[in-house]
Amino acid sequence: MYDIKALYEASSVEDAIKLRLEHPDAQILAGGSDVLVQIREGKRAGKELISIYMIDELRGVTLTDSGDIRIGSLTSFSHITKNEIVKKYINVLGEAVDMVGSPQIRNIGTIGGNTCNGVTSADSASTLFALDALVELTGSSGKRIIPISDFYIKAGTVDIKPDEIQTAIIIPQEKYDGYKGHYIKYAMRNALDITTTGCSVNVKLCDDKKVFEDVRIAYGVAGPIPMRAKTAEAFIKGKAVTEDTALEFSKQVLNDINPRDSWRASKAFRQHLATELAYRALKECVKLCGGEM
Amino acid sequence: MAQYKLVRCTINGKEVEQMVDVRASLTDMLRNDYRMTSVKKGCEVGECGACNVLIDGECFNSCIYLAVWADGKHIRTLEGLMSKDGELSDIQQAFIDEAAVQCGFCTPGVIMSAVEILESGRDYTDDELRKLLSGHLCRCTGYENILRAVRKTLDKRLGKV
Amino acid sequence: MVVGKSVKRIDAFDKVTGRTKYTDDLCDKSAYIAKVLHSTITHGKVLSVDTTEAEKIDGVVKIVTCFDVPKVYFPTAGHPWSTDVSHQDVADRLLLTDTVRFYGDDIAAVVAENEVAAQQALRAIKVEYEEYPFVLDVQEAMSDTAPLLHESFPNNILGHSAQSVGNYEEAIKEEGLIKFDNWYDTPTVQHCHIENHVCYASMENGRLTVVTSTQIPHIVRRVVGQALSLDWGKIRVVKPYIGGGFGNKQDVLYEPLCAYLSTVVGGRLVKIDSSREETFVCQRVRHAVRSHIITYTKPDGTFVARKLELFSNQGAYASHGHSIAAKGMGCFRQLYPCPNVEAECYTVFTNRPVAGAMRGYGIPQAMFAVESQIDDIAKGLNMSPLEIRQKNLMPVGYKDDFSKNVNYFDSFNQCIEKAKKYIDYDRKIEEYKNQSGNIRKGVGMAVFWYNTAVWPISLESSSSRMVLNQDGSISLQLGETEIGQGADTAFAQMAADSVGLTLDKVNVISCQDTDVTPFGTGAYASRQTYVGGLTIKQTGEMLKKRILDYASKLSEIDINELDIVDNNIVVTADNKVVMTVGELATTALYSMDDSRHITAESTYQIKSNAYSFGCCFADVEVDIRACKVKILDIINVHDCGKLINPQLAEAQVHGGMSMGIGYALSEQELFDSRSGRTLNNNLLDYKLSTFMDHPHLEAQFVENAEPTSAFGTKALGEPPACPVAPAIRNAVLHATGVAINTAPMTPHVLFEEFSKNGLI
Repeated sequence: MYDIKALYEASSVEDAIKLRLEHPDAQILAGGSDVLVQIREGKRAGKELISIYMIDELRGVTLTDSGDIRIGSLTSFSHITKNEIVKKYINVLGEAVDMVGSPQIRNIGTIGGNTCNGVTSADSASTLFALDALVELTGSSGKRIIPISDFYIKAGTVDIKPDEIQTAIIIPQEKYDGYKGHYIKYAMRNALDITTTGCSVNVKLCDDKKVFEDVRIAYGVAGPIPMRAKTAEAFIKGKAVTEDTALEFSKQVLNDINPRDSWRASKAFRQHLATELAYRALKECVKLCGGEM
Repeated sequence: MAQYKLVRCTINGKEVEQMVDVRASLTDMLRNDYRMTSVKKGCEVGECGACNVLIDGECFNSCIYLAVWADGKHIRTLEGLMSKDGELSDIQQAFIDEAAVQCGFCTPGVIMSAVEILESGRDYTDDELRKLLSGHLCRCTGYENILRAVRKTLDKRLGKV
Repeated sequence: MVVGKSVKRIDAFDKVTGRTKYTDDLCDKSAYIAKVLHSTITHGKVLSVDTTEAEKIDGVVKIVTCFDVPKVYFPTAGHPWSTDVSHQDVADRLLLTDTVRFYGDDIAAVVAENEVAAQQALRAIKVEYEEYPFVLDVQEAMSDTAPLLHESFPNNILGHSAQSVGNYEEAIKEEGLIKFDNWYDTPTVQHCHIENHVCYASMENGRLTVVTSTQIPHIVRRVVGQALSLDWGKIRVVKPYIGGGFGNKQDVLYEPLCAYLSTVVGGRLVKIDSSREETFVCQRVRHAVRSHIITYTKPDGTFVARKLELFSNQGAYASHGHSIAAKGMGCFRQLYPCPNVEAECYTVFTNRPVAGAMRGYGIPQAMFAVESQIDDIAKGLNMSPLEIRQKNLMPVGYKDDFSKNVNYFDSFNQCIEKAKKYIDYDRKIEEYKNQSGNIRKGVGMAVFWYNTAVWPISLESSSSRMVLNQDGSISLQLGETEIGQGADTAFAQMAADSVGLTLDKVNVISCQDTDVTPFGTGAYASRQTYVGGLTIKQTGEMLKKRILDYASKLSEIDINELDIVDNNIVVTADNKVVMTVGELATTALYSMDDSRHITAESTYQIKSNAYSFGCCFADVEVDIRACKVKILDIINVHDCGKLINPQLAEAQVHGGMSMGIGYALSEQELFDSRSGRTLNNNLLDYKLSTFMDHPHLEAQFVENAEPTSAFGTKALGEPPACPVAPAIRNAVLHATGVAINTAPMTPHVLFEEFSKNGLI
């Protein structure tokens, strides 16, 4: 039995917005795999909740007329992984969210909840950063679409206005078309774990597959929020696809990331991992692109 | 004042309804209101899998699923697997035959994950099976005989043996 | 005969249908819920507890603080009681304490109508503390300047013992000896049974009933009596099926507090359902042990003199105390007998969670140190790990002066041979030579020493009762408990053979109830099949004699010419069936001229113990830059005597191997050095192996019948967890050349070590 002061169930997006305005202190509840756990721990005990979990219009993946991929915020991780559009165009995201917790967690956990938590270890987030994803928020005055890098403000805080809920994640066509991506989750065990350091890379090679046309690399747990390694990205653009380039690229990420010492891992170990994962993920992407190193 | 809501759902094929405290987890509802004691509490935060049940064909940790969300859903627990005349399902029998049961506390949850796997009608490698079962912690078996029981049942259902 | 056959578990049907009732399943839903308030400091004094706000919360029935409970100290260890005062367990626990000795100590309790009210009340209680400095490290705790936990234990030393053979100091003067001097550390780990500890208590007719998830119901009865100053007979303890124990439930946990809380609410039903977080912090853990071993060898690898210093981290209260360290030390002089040995061990209080019994009872710690050093010595002498062991291992015929245990068989070499063959050891040693890349493979091995039961340290006895039912079946009761390991099935098999019945004619009364179950101390020390076997055989033979006595009277055939085979009374000479046991039983009970209720009950006191040996071999792959070890293949081979049920024995080994893998690579409780708090008190942050962290687990056996045992069997419950960590550690050494002396070998440890050794 959870210590919940009151539960308001939203039946539609419109209803959710109304409830948000009526109950400004209430916490939004999506799948609950984080919020309910925090209530049980006492951190959010005794609060009012607005459950949006029953809003089916927020579920599903669609390819828009403009070629963008739109993922409803309540789409569960397992449904993202199984989705044909995801498999065809952004398989890296399907693979990334297939590493969250366990099958049960992937059935209840939603991409919206994962990003709205604002935590750096979210397995979907680094890949969404690497894909330059957009976040769609819906409020009383309509929709607002912002880059995911702007959505994250600081650890645990994201840009949601008091009358808003997150309604979709959008991957623009130009951000996935021609790219191949790979995500590596580094954790202490192979299931049921949170990420020690996560690295997601997207690569586009030139037509002859010998030169890096564009590379985007993002990390989870390399700083307080998910982040890109822009220095490394700038370095590799236009460079030859060689082992040396990959090694230098992987070292360059240290200019961008800012991991800290914690009981979960030391800063030195996370820096080592960031370098190693950059190298491995990049190499895998090159392979997926049909290139050779 | 406690807040209640009428929750109508099917449990193991039977339509039921009950006024439920909105603060209740699905584990609470199944154990307390319906006496489904196969639904176990091991951590209550979605980490051990002991409370696993099928909701509309997918596995969920019922401890972190609000009971009110079950409204309109089809829920299956281990209690529903044995036939009316007392015959065990193949997967239950395999758990006995392969000595996949020790203390038995994780068993109901694991069997329900196995049910989802078996009903998919697909074949899986052992590594894939391990991943599909990885939401369950077991301290007695080292997972060895559980994997064996699921593997053998799967092979039988797919006509491989 | 069913002993030796892989019959199916007698409780499996109920367990696969979800019908088996565990403690919480049995508790009436009307029960009050009790929750414990735990300290948020690590060491200090509770100055005041303000319950004013908490008491206003709707649904709160009663709040009891450390200032309200009787000042009666009691012990908690699941040991047989000793009538010798000097041998009794240390009584250092109170129901609730105003002296805080670890972060999470029990200082108040709330009884409420429901869980939410109880939780709200806990959050509303205000506690004022006076804080003291605290100490977490075992050796720091021994220093003169360390904060003292218990006044009667100077330097925090709960126990110290020493053993010596020959003359170490003289022996090391010999010229040309090679010295190996190493330190090894093992972690604080937790049992992680999937069912948390649950208990509930109520009063009826002036007596207390406590239903609890325990391995040791008769011991719980005694301790509840001691804690509440009640006559032991006024307490009834019931043990239903339990969801694992592994030693945590071989301690008395919240049963005394729960019973007490019932008494302060008029004997109403009160339940304490521990959370996972409480299981990790407020119950028991495995002792973290630091070992220092010095070995002097001749250049050919012969051990000349050895020294062991062992420091066992007890945490805040005595629980099982020094017996764990003592057991770890005890095996040192035996496993590799050497003419000159000096060994000493300390058990030391620190401000950490309380350490108690856990599968292996000191031996996994000892084996990590001892077996790691054997490989370090082999490497130093450029010898094979096998050769150095075979040269120094306990020989056949070895007799231990203290326990009187005899090594009757060549178990070590027989087990090693099987494991070598399975893992393809010789070929892999060749194959893995001269590796230089990022991925390197290695094979490693370790043996283990274990013994069965607790004689001569403590009492070893077991009692059983058999009742002949009207239909010729029997009901079997004993105090030894089913905790998931399959004890009931093994008992049923042994009872069937002892009486001459088929398995279906044996009804095991699984649930212990101290009002009716014969006395037995419960599941620990891998004792039950051994000692339970002896009492079952004795009682079975008594029952058989009584049945045959009645058969002889009915049939007028001399009792010496009769036997029971497969539920029939037969004439031994020609196997002719005289009558079925069922016919006899019906006649005996309903006879108008000689009605008899045929039963037998007996106690068997065991004054022996038995070695139980074996080994583990592991084949691993190390990804150096990723700082990860992957187990490619692993095997345990055990000589636990004759197998009662091969399939269940194999399953038992799998579980122990799994625990060993976690011990080697991932499991450990972490403590915040600034606050003393346990950092990873949940199953997400505590890295127990999952389905995806194991390869196939291979379990094999050598079956030398143990001469002191009724059915030729001996310890198997705990041994599988003992050799796994050092075998994996030695495989990593073989793969990388890096000797890692700290378990678990997490990526963090590997990163440090590989960096230090220039591999990354």
